[in-house]
Amino acid sequence: MIEFSLDGQSGVSPYLQVVQQVRQALRLGLLREGDQLPTVKEVVAALAINPNTVLKAYRELERDGLVAARPGVGTFVTRTLADASLAAHEPLRRELERWLAKARRAGLDDESIRALFATAFRSGREVA
Amino acid sequence: MTAVLVTRGLGKRYRRRWALRDCTLQIPAGRVTGLVGPNGAGKSTLLGLATGLLAPTSGDVEVCGAPPARDAAHLARVGFVAQDTPAYAGLTVAEHLRLGARLNPGWDDEGARRRLDRLGLDPGQRAGKLSGGQRAQLALTLGLAKRPELLILDEPVASLDPLARREFLQVLMEAVAERELSVVLSSHVVSDLERVCDHLVVLVDSRVQVAGDVDDLRATHHRLTGPRRPGLTLPSDQRLVHESHTDRQSTLVVRAEGPILDPAWVVGNLSLEDLVLAYMSGPAERRAAPLEAVR
Repeated sequence: MIEFSLDGQSGVSPYLQVVQQVRQALRLGLLREGDQLPTVKEVVAALAINPNTVLKAYRELERDGLVAARPGVGTFVTRTLADASLAAHEPLRRELERWLAKARRAGLDDESIRALFATAFRSGREVA
Repeated sequence: MTAVLVTRGLGKRYRRRWALRDCTLQIPAGRVTGLVGPNGAGKSTLLGLATGLLAPTSGDVEVCGAPPARDAAHLARVGFVAQDTPAYAGLTVAEHLRLGARLNPGWDDEGARRRLDRLGLDPGQRAGKLSGGQRAQLALTLGLAKRPELLILDEPVASLDPLARREFLQVLMEAVAERELSVVLSSHVVSDLERVCDHLVVLVDSRVQVAGDVDDLRATHHRLTGPRRPGLTLPSDQRLVHESHTDRQSTLVVRAEGPILDPAWVVGNLSLEDLVLAYMSGPAERRAAPLEAVR
């Protein structure tokens, strides 16, 4: 079972935060096929959140084929996102670390590195 | 959409001052609607008109399909928790429940007792001795025990500390999860509403500035940041909500149904609070009364 948390400062809507946290848990293998998501009532009680918001998030995950609702029982994971790309994480991370070392040698501080990454990420996404 | 509250050209004037003007709204059923705006914007007036405690100067209002407080049966369908969650100071918690049971036909006595028990409220305690948070919980319990279709709450959490505020909203949200209940609650603190409301109405200077589904509002509002461009004309499908300029930079809040294509802008997300603040301060940087940002 996983627990949700909400970041009020993120600018991301509560329903999307719930969706993202489930996807993240699936990607990292924290949730596997057959696992149950917290019930709507449990999430409402834990976060003082609107039940419609939780339902909306679960419906979106269902549409994406990641979970299935069993009426009267709960919502269960039907598919994992921890796929073959997990194997690629390690070499990519090492490459990124080499790049970070290079950036620091060039005199960039953490803030400049983050700004540069954010800009490159955005323009990369526009090209893709 | 089934509407639980409908207003058409609704207005209320006190002597020469309009507290609410030309208000046309449809508040959907089964939702939790937040009514936000600075103090004095007309929130309590709108809620007073919806409950029938005030009579309109112009226009009309319908609640659950009929004029407010039309008859006893209709009164039973709408619950109202007034500002500062008043209770009878001399009556005990248990006496409040007995009074509620006498006055309301569909009274859920068992549910009310269970709720108060879980909250740890002593039935023998006089309401005047309760803390602000406990009194608010008592008022909410009474409002829910009436089993209304629509529960209206006027600034229910404004005077509560963060913990009491969270507990109050938790009980309210659990009630929404348990059964079909429409809720309209007002607040001048937007951060309170961010996680509980799925519909929003922004009221400033006695007028409705924007109303709609919270996720739709978030998806269609953007913060654009870029090099200074004052007096810019936006594409026809974009509406300027707020702008500010420094000597180098322009920051706009726009409402747009489609994507923002102008490459000069960095497009950012808006929190619900930023979105509401943008409407409150308006396009010409006219400063409305400040919104409290309590977390």
